[in-house]
Formats: sequence, C-alpha cells, structure tokens
Amino acid sequence: MRRHQELTKILVRSSGGLLLLMFSAAATASNGFINPAGPIAEELRDHLIFIVMVMAVVIVPLFIALPWTLWRYRLGTKSGSYQPKWEFSWPLEILIWGLPVVIVAILGWNLWHQSYELDPYKPLAANEAPLEIQAIALDWKWVFIYPEQNVASVNEVMIVAGRPVRFRLTSGTVMQSFMIPRLGGQIYTMAGMETQMNLLASEPGQFRGLNTQYNGMGFANQKFMTNAMSQADFDAWATKTSTSKPPLNDAAWALLAKPSVLPAPQSFGSVAEGLFNGVIASFTGGHPHMKADGADL
Amino acid sequence: MTSESFFSLLGRLTPQDISFVQTFENPVMSEFIDGAAGSVLVIGMITTAVLLTLYRGWKTLWFDWLTSVDHKKIGIMYIVVAFVMLARAIIEGVLMRYQQSIAVNDPGVLTPDHFGQLFSTHGSIMIFFMAMPFITGMINYIMPQQIGARDVSFPLLNAISLWLTTAGAALVMISLVVGKFSTGGWTAYPPYTGIEFSPGEGVDYWIWSISLTSIGTTLTGVNFATTIYKNRAPGMTLFRMPLFCWTSLCTSVLMIFAMAPLTIATLMLALDRYAGFHFFTNDLGGNMMNYANLFWLFGHPEVYILILPAFGVFSEVISTFSGKTIYGYKSLVVATMSIAVLSFTVWLHHFFTMGQGANLNAIFGIATMLIGVPTGVKVYDWLLTMVRGRIRLTTAMLFSIMFLVTFVIGGLTGVILANPPVDFVAHNSLFLVAHFHNMVIPGVLFGMIAGYQFWFPKAFGFRLAERWGKASFWCWSIGFYLTFMPLYALGLMGAMRRTVEWFRPEYLGWLQASFVGALLLFSGFILLIVQLIVSVRHRDQRRVPAGDPWDGRSLEWSNSAPPPEYNFAVIPEVSGQDAFTLLKEQGKAYVSPDTYEDIAVPKNSIVAPVIGVGAIALGFAMVWHIWWLVAVSFVIIWGAAIARSFVTETERVIPASKVRADHEAWLKQVRDCATTPREQEDTSTNVGRAEVIA
Repeated sequence: MRRHQELTKILVRSSGGLLLLMFSAAATASNGFINPAGPIAEELRDHLIFIVMVMAVVIVPLFIALPWTLWRYRLGTKSGSYQPKWEFSWPLEILIWGLPVVIVAILGWNLWHQSYELDPYKPLAANEAPLEIQAIALDWKWVFIYPEQNVASVNEVMIVAGRPVRFRLTSGTVMQSFMIPRLGGQIYTMAGMETQMNLLASEPGQFRGLNTQYNGMGFANQKFMTNAMSQADFDAWATKTSTSKPPLNDAAWALLAKPSVLPAPQSFGSVAEGLFNGVIASFTGGHPHMKADGADL
Repeated sequence: MTSESFFSLLGRLTPQDISFVQTFENPVMSEFIDGAAGSVLVIGMITTAVLLTLYRGWKTLWFDWLTSVDHKKIGIMYIVVAFVMLARAIIEGVLMRYQQSIAVNDPGVLTPDHFGQLFSTHGSIMIFFMAMPFITGMINYIMPQQIGARDVSFPLLNAISLWLTTAGAALVMISLVVGKFSTGGWTAYPPYTGIEFSPGEGVDYWIWSISLTSIGTTLTGVNFATTIYKNRAPGMTLFRMPLFCWTSLCTSVLMIFAMAPLTIATLMLALDRYAGFHFFTNDLGGNMMNYANLFWLFGHPEVYILILPAFGVFSEVISTFSGKTIYGYKSLVVATMSIAVLSFTVWLHHFFTMGQGANLNAIFGIATMLIGVPTGVKVYDWLLTMVRGRIRLTTAMLFSIMFLVTFVIGGLTGVILANPPVDFVAHNSLFLVAHFHNMVIPGVLFGMIAGYQFWFPKAFGFRLAERWGKASFWCWSIGFYLTFMPLYALGLMGAMRRTVEWFRPEYLGWLQASFVGALLLFSGFILLIVQLIVSVRHRDQRRVPAGDPWDGRSLEWSNSAPPPEYNFAVIPEVSGQDAFTLLKEQGKAYVSPDTYEDIAVPKNSIVAPVIGVGAIALGFAMVWHIWWLVAVSFVIIWGAAIARSFVTETERVIPASKVRADHEAWLKQVRDCATTPREQEDTSTNVGRAEVIA
C-alpha cells in the first residue's frame, strides 16, 4: 500500500516537470513556432507561455494537495480525522468555483484581444506595402504566384525579410491547410473560396512550410521551403526567373494539376492572366459564393 | 451460370478485394501486415466456433446471451465488443507509432495507403466501437440497478441498439479481409472523401458502419433517458441519484441531440457518393464547410458523451474507496449539467482555421474555456471527497487518481488550444493529437477500466486479482506519459498528424520514445487480459456472494453478486443519498421483506439478432453495390420490426414463491457470511459482506 503511494507521488510530481521540460526542449529544435522567426510566431509563443503560467494557479495546488491527501487520509493512519459525512463547506465552494471563474475571465479577456490582434486576415503594420502572393494548393504541391512580378514558383516561396507578405489562398483540389510554422499560424484553403494570411519574417532565412491537412498518398511529401531574402535579392530572383523560365500556361497548369509529388521545386517566368481567380471561378461557375472581405474577385 | 454473371451477383466485389489475395499477388511488408491482421480475425472466429462446438456452447450463447434482452447481459455484451475492438485499435496504434519511429528519411514498413487506413480505423474504432460500447455497456449494467429498477424502459430496443452498434463494428472488421477501409480519418472530411477523390469502397465502409452505430446510439439515448425519468424506485428523487446516474442522464440527452447531425452528415455524404448529389463537393454548389459544421455539431458533444459517464465512475469509485460521501454533490450535478449544455456551444473550435472572422473565433474560444470552470470544480470536488476519508488504493482507485493528475494536464493543453491564435499553430499538429489522447485515455479509458475493476465482482460474483490490475495500471500510466508527452513536444516542433514519413532528423528520438510508450500501453492491455484469466482460474477463492465487496454506497451493492435477472426481489424504498449506506447504517440491509410479488420480466427475442444480421448484410451490400442484397436485407430488417408488433406475449412471469425461495436463500447465506473490515478487502475473507463502521 505504502509503496504505491510513494510511487504515485513521484509520478505526480514528475509529470508536471516533464511538461515544462518538453517546452524548453522543443524550443531548441528548429522547426516549430516555439522557435519563432517572425513577430507573429513570437507573440503566439508568448501567449502559450502566458496561458501555462496562469493555468498553473489551479493546477499546481492539485499536484501538491493530491499526494498530501492520499498520504494523510490513507486507511490505517492515525493522522487525519475521519468524517465520512463531511460533504460541504461554503468557503471551499466559493474558492473552487471562484478561482476558475477568475482565471477564465483573465484568459478570456486576453483571448478576445488576441483573436483580433492576430487575425490572419489583418494587414500587418509596416512602412511598406505588403508583398502579395497568391497560393494555390494542389495534390501534392503548392503553387505560388507573384502577381506584381508576374512569376510563379512551385514548392518553394520567395519572400522579403522585414516586409509583410499577404498570402491569398485557394485550392484546386481537396481542402488543405497552409502553414509556415516558424512564421505563424495556418489557414485552410478550399476550392471555390479564398482565404488570407498575413505573415512577416524578421530576418533572412529558410523556413519550412507545409500542408497540415491530410489529402492522400503524397501528403507527407507536400512541403515547401520559404526563402526570406533582402528586397534586392528578391528583385534579382524575380528578374532572373522572368527571363529564364518557361511560362505557366494552360499546358503547364494541366500538368501541375495532376496529383503528383514533384522531385524538385519549379519556377515559371510568366503566369497566364487571372490564373488564381480562374481557379476559384472554375468551381463556382463564375459566381464565387464566398468572397474575401466583400471585395469582388 | 457463367462466372461473369456470378460476379455481378456480388456487385463490385472481385477476388482481388480479398486481403489474402492481395498479399499473395503483392508480397510486400505492408500487405503481409494487412494479410496477417485478416488471418488473425478469421482464425479467431474459427477458433471461437470450434470452442463453442467442443464445449457445447452454442445453445447457451443463443438462449442466454444473443437473444437476451436483460439489460445486464446486454451491458456485458457491449463491453465484450469494446474489448475486442480495443484489441484491434490498440495494435493499430502501436503499428502507427512503430512506422513513424522508423520513418525518418525512410519510407518505413507501411505504404501511405495502408497508413491512411490505419489512422482512419484506429480513430473510428476507438471512438465509435471501443469508447461508445464501453460507456453504453457500463451504463446499461449499472444505471438501472442504481436507481432501483428491474430493467431499462425499452428492453428490446436496448438489444436492437446493441446489435446495430455490433453491426457497425462487424463492418469495420469485415473491411480487414474484404476490400479496404477509408483513408479519410475518423472525421472523413469531404471533398477528400467524395467520390471524385476517394472512388473506392473505403469511405463507404466508414459511412455505413458509422450510420448504423449512430442510429443505435440515438435509440440508446432515448432508452436511458426514459429509464432515468420514469423507472426510479420510490424515494429515489433526482437529487438522491448516484452521480453515475446523473452523468448517464446527461450523456443520454446529449446522445439524443448530438447523434442526429452525424447521421445526417454521413447520409448526405452517401447521397453525394451514390446518387451524384452535391452537398459537399467542390463544384456545383457543394460546400464542405457544411460538413465540418454538421460533423462537429455532433463531434464536440460526443467528447462529453464519452467523458461524462467516466466522470460518474470516478465519482463512485473515489467516494467508495475513500469510505466517505461525495463532496459537493449538488455542485457536481450543476457542473455536469453545465458541461452538457456548454458542450453544444463550442464546436467551431475544431475549425478556427477555416477563415471565419476574429469575432466568431473569439466567442467560441471563450465558450470553450468556460467548460474549464465546471471541469475544474469537478476535479477539486473529487479531491475534497478524499479529504477526511479513509483512502484505499485499490486498482480502480489508482486509475482514478492517475486520471485526476493526467486530466488536468490535458485540461491545460485544452485551454491552450481554445485560444484561436495559438490554435492556428497547434491545429493538425501532433500537439493536438497528444491533447485529445490526453483527455480521452485518462478521461474515458481509465474511467472505464476503473469501472470494470470496480463492478466486475458485482457482475460475475468474484473479485479481479488486484496484483495484476496494479501491474496493468503502471503500464497504462507510464505508457501514457511516455507515448504522448513526446507528441506534445513534436507538435511544438512543427510535426503534423497523419504523416507516414518524416524529413526532420531531430524528430527521431521523440518518436522512438513514443513507440516504447505505445508498447507499454499494449502491455497494459495484455495485463488486463492476464488479470481476467488469473481471476477466472482462481475464482473460488475470490467469490463475493453477499454482493458488497467494497462497502458500496449505492443500491447495486444491495443485491447478490451476480444479481438475479430481476435485480431486486422487492423494489427498495430510498430515504436519501448513498441509499445502500443508509440502509446498512440503519440496520435495514439484508432484512427479509414482508411480502413477495410475482415479477414480470421481458421474454427473449430473436428480433434484435435478426435486425443485427440484416444490418450487417445491408451495410455490406451498400458498400459493394449488391443491390439485390440491399433489397433483401432491407425487407428482413423492417419485416422483423413489423412482425414483432404482432407479438402480444412479450413477458414471462416469475412466481412470487420462486422469488421468495431464491431471495431468502441468499439472505441466509449473507447472514452466515463474516463481515470484512476494509483492511482485508483484498483477501479471501472478503466474501462480499462489509463491516459497518458507523
């Protein structure tokens, strides 16, 4: 009997510590939002830690009180008084209802503001206009169109470090979910609809992006690299691509639209006009039933 | 008959759909595993049939079990189904953890298609064919006895529910040998599961197995709720009911309201697939967001359908093994009801990432966190129930304590996920997978195992071996932490769910640790089986004929173990909460009643097994487009239901003299039993008569 209590106690304590250990261990690893590379991911990480700290107020007391109770009121002890009919106490009742209410109120207040502040549709505050990129999810690849530069890349996306990026997203196939974990959150892409995501990389670097929503046999391979670079490098890349790469025309699109896993990223020197809107319209018969922020597509 | 027309009789079914043929034609590891699984199923069924024949068990099986409408037998059969399905789904879990632990820059042993089937069957089975039958069986067995009833309100309907659920489970099992299962996960999101992207039979297996069980569960909900409202013993007011009955009531109400959206969603998906409809397709006006809404309108209350009965079990177990009345009874009732209501207001948190506005996300995020309040209250109520008690750390109690510890960690990660912006990064990741396993394993499975340990002596008349139970407990507990804590870390490191192959070397160690944990969980399951076998072999030293091995507090402990088919020789009068404890304290337990009356019990019926077999045939025929069989099975199902309405003699009477003879014999036996102090609970002196301390 006693041995079990001891073991229970050890397990109780280690489980709490274990969780914190996980967070710190995961932080050193390179690919999650826990190791942020942009302001959004950074805020998300801080929110996570804040929630853990606030929740500790209700959780830690249980981790202390439970082993203590098991020990003090064990069968055969002389220590704790035995009151089999004890069933209520107003002060305790107010505490166990009141404390969670206060905590949920604090977290709820925060949640409300964070939801607006970190709405993926919200443009990021910056001096320059955001770089617009249209992303189309296919099986099992991502197509990125840069309307200003009139170039496109597949399974690789170029962004400018320090400049906000506005992704407009849709799907040419089943529902998928777009995410670059070190930069921020994810958003679904759905056929016939447009969703949006605003992100920012603070420094140049390479960050993995992926589809997180299962979509069949090639799911595990549907990854892309995000290359954040200086404006000059980006412009140079765009110019080089537009002069040296083939066009993304109907034939090239038909090939991409077939389910496949590509061996290497591709890029295209020009893009058929209205491709992104055309993909959306192809599912809606030209009458999009879901418009982004009320604007005409 | 030419072979061509013969095969058209089988619809789209061809010899190549049999898993053994696939293994023969394409002998790779993944197919071998599939073939082996099919073989285990077939060999298992043949062995069972041989054993039944050898031991002349067919008659007993048919007359005492399959055609029975006794709520206790139905309850036990539900739990048998749950255990069988648990065995399969836990092996699938281990297999997936193995695949992932070796698949870092390596394809591993499973093909993407096989892996997709595994996570789909694992999830569907664990939710619909393990957890649901387990809680339904537990409620079936215990709830009528706790409220002092002789059966549920609609005994035959109860049997039909069992058979519909079993039919769904059978379809999932058949898919192991004939054809493939869906790769669309347990949620089966279209358009991926639509005919355009998943043309095979897999999604159809999912649709029909889920539809059958969801109809069965709706009927169960109606049955349980009616039973609790109408069949309580005199004096058993709602606020004197044991908490397990309260949680059963809430679960039943949730079942009635929550299963409908699921049934509708699966049938709409079926119309899309079979009849060219466009509810959820990409084009022609279809919209998969409607499916997500319908599915989670069911899916979130479902979580509480599963977890509330387990909360009820924990309340009973903690109170009993602390030798003390529950702390904050009314508080717990209010908390349970709040959870039941709130569970319908949070479904949108399953798709915060669908692109709706911040205000909608914020409202559903806050609603989600609100559930944390009554849940937190419950946790502290259980803790305070132990305070000032006399705690015995039996197996059931250990599972309950480990639940408390582990569940608050799951609650913490739940509050993290309730925050929409944070959910944007954690959604679809292994962090989410870790979170829901962290809720469902301690919250549901530990609860059901605790209930199984606690009520087993009541159901079968002998105690389970505590030593093996505790060994199993440590495997489950340590296994849980070792399996799922690494998944939290992996999720934060950007690892997503349902991934068959990895390309990040830093994941390797975490995935390997998780695989070792999965092996421990599997050992925990094996030890439960060992415990059962050991206990059955030594049952004579472990018998508790007097029926009250744990100094129980509610009415189910006041009758013999196992109880007579009519539960109570005389319907008890209830004078307060903890009804049986009161009787014992007042010296009114085990007193001979003045008079006995004839008892009418429902007769056995073949209607339920006929409907069940018809439902299996219907589902199978729909999956393979065997239209003549669809028609035949449809006629059989409804024919049986209609034929039943002409049966007028549905009850048989047990004469008062027989009731008297049996009951008096048992009372005499109880009076001859020595009382057992709590210190000797786990010794052979415990024959089921508790020493009264008061």
